[in-house]
Amino acid sequence: MAVVTPGLSPAGRAPARAAGGRTRRPEWLSSLWAAARTTRGAVGLVLALLIAALAVIGPWVTPYQPNALLTLPFAKPSGHLLLGADFIGRDALSRVLDGGWLLLLMATAATALGVILGAAAGVSAAYLRGVSDGIIMRTIDVILSFPQLVFALLLLSVIGPKLWLIVLAVALSHAPQVGRVLRSATLDVSEQDYVKAAELQGMRPAKVMMKEIMPNLISPLMVEVGLRLTYSIVIIAGLAFLGFGQQPPASNWGSMINDNRIGLSLNPWAVIVPALLIALLTVGVNTFTDAVARVAIGVERRPEEAALLDDLGPREAA
Amino acid sequence: MTTEPPLTGTAAVPTSPGGIRLAVRDLEVRLGASGPDVVRDVSFAVRAGEVLGIVGESGSGKTTVALALLGHARRGLSIHSGEVRLDGVDLLRLRPAQLRAARGAKVAYVPQDPSAALNPALRIGTQLEEALRVHAGIVDSPADRVIEVMREASLEATPEMLKRYPHQLSGGQQQRVSLAMAFACRPSLIVLDEPTTGLDVSTQRHVLDTVRSLCRSYGVAAVYVSHDLAVVGGLVANVAVMYAGRIIEIGAAAPLFAGPVHPYTRGLLAAIPSPERAELLTGIEGQQPRPGHRGAGCSFAPRCSFATDRCRVETPEPVSIGGRTVLCLRAAEIAGDGAARPAAAARPVASGSAAALSLRGVCASYGQTPVLFDVALDVPEKSCVAVVGESGSGKTTLAQCIAGLHRNWTGDMTFQGAALAPGARQRQKDVLKRVQYVFQNPYTSLNPRKTVGQIIGQQLEQFYRFSFRERTERIATVLDDVSLGRSFMSRYPDQLSGGERQRVAIARALVVEPDLLVCDEVTSALDVSVQAVIVELLRRLQRERQLAMIFITHNLALVRNIAQSAVVLCKGAVVESGLVEQILEHPADPYTISLIRDVPKLAVAGLADLAGLPPDQIRSAVRTEPATRPASQPINPARGA
Repeated sequence: MAVVTPGLSPAGRAPARAAGGRTRRPEWLSSLWAAARTTRGAVGLVLALLIAALAVIGPWVTPYQPNALLTLPFAKPSGHLLLGADFIGRDALSRVLDGGWLLLLMATAATALGVILGAAAGVSAAYLRGVSDGIIMRTIDVILSFPQLVFALLLLSVIGPKLWLIVLAVALSHAPQVGRVLRSATLDVSEQDYVKAAELQGMRPAKVMMKEIMPNLISPLMVEVGLRLTYSIVIIAGLAFLGFGQQPPASNWGSMINDNRIGLSLNPWAVIVPALLIALLTVGVNTFTDAVARVAIGVERRPEEAALLDDLGPREAA
Repeated sequence: MTTEPPLTGTAAVPTSPGGIRLAVRDLEVRLGASGPDVVRDVSFAVRAGEVLGIVGESGSGKTTVALALLGHARRGLSIHSGEVRLDGVDLLRLRPAQLRAARGAKVAYVPQDPSAALNPALRIGTQLEEALRVHAGIVDSPADRVIEVMREASLEATPEMLKRYPHQLSGGQQQRVSLAMAFACRPSLIVLDEPTTGLDVSTQRHVLDTVRSLCRSYGVAAVYVSHDLAVVGGLVANVAVMYAGRIIEIGAAAPLFAGPVHPYTRGLLAAIPSPERAELLTGIEGQQPRPGHRGAGCSFAPRCSFATDRCRVETPEPVSIGGRTVLCLRAAEIAGDGAARPAAAARPVASGSAAALSLRGVCASYGQTPVLFDVALDVPEKSCVAVVGESGSGKTTLAQCIAGLHRNWTGDMTFQGAALAPGARQRQKDVLKRVQYVFQNPYTSLNPRKTVGQIIGQQLEQFYRFSFRERTERIATVLDDVSLGRSFMSRYPDQLSGGERQRVAIARALVVEPDLLVCDEVTSALDVSVQAVIVELLRRLQRERQLAMIFITHNLALVRNIAQSAVVLCKGAVVESGLVEQILEHPADPYTISLIRDVPKLAVAGLADLAGLPPDQIRSAVRTEPATRPASQPINPARGA
């Protein structure tokens, strides 16, 4: 009865999509798009993209070598040094333009790693229950008992200020928090009947988690990504401020604030501009994330749509 | 001075124990400030002590009307025009502060789900007194009034009871607390929004009795919103049937149920299963149009078997027929057609004698709490066994034990001669394939992120190794079988109606050609008209495919339509089992007797009384009813007290 086709796995995957027929915009994309169309989301997104563009394009358009000693320490802004000089007489503008991209890159990497780790832990804890749940959640509790920054500092002071270690430390400090959020989201989803239906088909737990549960966690996942990205930026910039980050003479927004703050009265721009950029980036990402979260829970859905869903939606079964 | 409302099917006349308390005229609710209308042209009147029923499928706008009676519109909706006069005062013209003062004191609302409406953190005594304290000056001693309303709502008015929290009460008790709360300030109008949905038949009957007696003794006008015509039939004096935001038929309840004029009302009545006869249920195919997509002409025309070309272009205006107002262009022509009772269902073919599934001494528990005791059950091949019981009787647990979703059971389960392992994980693939389960709620049993094709295809992927073409072919075939068609393959669940979703769920079960189908309350989340379609579908498929089937339900009326034998569960134990006729006609166990007694079936009985009459006599029976003012006619606003 069963027609066994050779080379099942490639052929076996395609039909599922082909049978799906008409493509629909993936959930995560559509919720991002919906968020970007709200005022809150648009403001946040534009702000974050502007700063990101500055950090990415910046290194290519610096007026001077970021490390070149040009003038007196803390020289005031002038015609050719638009933001003045830093604490040893380098061009502050060049260092601002050059000092963002690595911060952004590290923050993104730390976020991705942290969210993936946390999601894996949270989803399996909630779905598998029992012993796995106990082990995963207690481990998370232990990591959570250290404040995020202290945890990162602890790792860095033992091994030394390596860039990969900063990324790993920040990711590890994110994972428990992501795990907790996704665990509770998974608890709701795994009670749904479609998950039980998949179990009745004899589907393996790993596959149930990947194919049935994960697609329904897109909204909380998107929110977590944005939120963690904000925190990563702040923590990594903070670590640089404390001296854990790129080592001198590399330029970095975080270390610029620390290095130049003694000359605040002489040339405030060397401190204000990098601080402002970090703040704007954080606020922008956070505002956009907030919009995504609101769209996800339906606060920001257009009112008519919400009313229709209420009025014509499913009657909850008792 | 109160007269019995028409409790039986005889063409009783709605008498007026008092003057008109509530008069609604030309109510219109729109999406946003100027969007399409959700509800329009709604006019009716309710006298003191009377109950008006508003019935319709979900999405017909009945809850929107109910909330508008309190001057409230849900987020995104706005009350555009019309008036809601209560004792002469137009609630829609009140200032916010006045409206707040009127709510609770003059107008009270009883929501659908009492467990969500009562504050879980407050004792019920506190919550009951709250309403009285907010409207200070209504009573001198709130505590005495609380005791009084508790008694009226048939709750024990003991101090212990008042100290309880909502979760310490049963569903029926919770709903009675809501009722007591609504009646506490002695309002003029009480709006009940499906207050018995989700309650057992016996509890439902008690709650309905309470509503009836409270309304009568205090001269309260009540509006009762429900999707269940059978419930409404026994309670109300007048009925308004809503479809796509308009009242399509309104009039005195008994004649309306006996001789419905509008094709939609007829359809709704034909869809109600009767515990007395096994008959073909005819549901109403299709879906009602959403606001903004109602188009020209009669909005029911696409689903109407009487529709002509004229119906599709001309919007019907209300016409008065036999003391009732109907919104149908062809009302006068088709009024005489009579309401044909559905054909009796053909008796099922003789079932196989060998048992496909057999249970002996099955006990199950949740943690330490036992829920099933020594259950014995035989499902013969090619036959359908109904498992009947109220909520908490353990019927869903039994179904889940059989399917392998609930592992914690002991006893013997034999399927096709081999013992069944407790959990799905311990079962052979082949066994998993041959026992299929259809979940109660189609809104949670389909993954919202997958298309119908993927949902059904995944089932095939797990059990067979088909080529892409073969798989698509099978999916298409099974979709045809459940009357959906292959165009549904690319749809997502949120693009489907409840009935369509449940068909997809049934298709998913059937695509692997099982031997035993376990249906767990598959119609309880659906409208009556859709329930009829699904039950007919299941019956046809069971016969065609010679399936053994277990049909779990709380609705005794459905049992005769689908099953050959039945098992009655009470508190986890089988109290009665045997052939359906025997159980329904000669119930032996007191529990079964009370279950059968409590099934609301007054409307159907009324219909059956007149069903034997030729059409012209029905018409005259409807017409000869004394001329009372049709409730929907405009009422002089100056009339109010």
